[in-house]
Amino acid sequence: MRKLIGILLLLIIALGIALSLKEIPFGITKTIIGDHFINKGIEETGAVNIVTSVVVGYRAFDTLGEITILFTATIGLGALFGIYKKKKVNLEIEPPSLIVFTGTRFLFPILILTGTYIIIHGHLTPGGGFQGGAIIASAFLLMYLGCKGKRINENLSKVVEALGGLTFVALGIVGLITGKDFLFNFLSKGEPAALLSAGIIPIIYIAIGLKVGSELAGIIDNLIEKSK
Amino acid sequence: MEIIVTILILLMIASAIAALIFKDLINAIIASCIVSLIAAILFYFLQAPDVAMAEAAIGAALVTGIFIIAVKRTKRFEE
Repeated sequence: MRKLIGILLLLIIALGIALSLKEIPFGITKTIIGDHFINKGIEETGAVNIVTSVVVGYRAFDTLGEITILFTATIGLGALFGIYKKKKVNLEIEPPSLIVFTGTRFLFPILILTGTYIIIHGHLTPGGGFQGGAIIASAFLLMYLGCKGKRINENLSKVVEALGGLTFVALGIVGLITGKDFLFNFLSKGEPAALLSAGIIPIIYIAIGLKVGSELAGIIDNLIEKSK
Repeated sequence: MEIIVTILILLMIASAIAALIFKDLINAIIASCIVSLIAAILFYFLQAPDVAMAEAAIGAALVTGIFIIAVKRTKRFEE
């Protein structure tokens, strides 16, 4: 009976999606704003990567909201596991094999380097703060799995996270002080496709990368270290 | 090109169904990791490298790791 209801519900949802998507032609833009981003994006924000010009340029305030959601999730997880902090029990992971240990030692610096590159070049090539931060956090996940006993410094990661958030908001407020809007791009846009271009966009993306990386690494640390 | 995409989509559906069927939860997690990985490749083919990167880093690496830790903390086999 329950399975029947489930299948019925799935069919209704599928029908709804099919009916609503039937009218939309695939791959054809129906909005004017998309064309504006593609044609004027580089000129207005200075970022060559159009996705970045939208995420950190045109809708930077929404990105601040996204960061806040991730921050709230991390705080919730920390509070949930922090209750039982007194009887701290480590997860019993078997000691890693030689292959995993050696592989981790080779891959860890390469992953950190790739993550940093993706964060710093967010306004030039695909990627940015979120992607690079996730790659850095996955490097720490590899470290937890491959090197038994190594832990991240919890206080340092909290300081880095706070610095990232603070930089983002402070840059926004500086925009207000210069007499324009919140998160106004007050620095010179420079030459397109140069590393030092696009004004505050690379600085914001570095802040986002530090924040996302330390938050996700903190989630992994909470899950592995804290007791049930 | 279209043949590759079709094969990838079929593989994706197959591993999604496998993730539902497997009783060993570690196998199910690896199957759902394959779904994310193929989704990342398809995003790249659709000229969305930013989304592909996020999907590969979060969907395939971090979520898999967190799920494996969760299974380690609870039970490995589904009844």
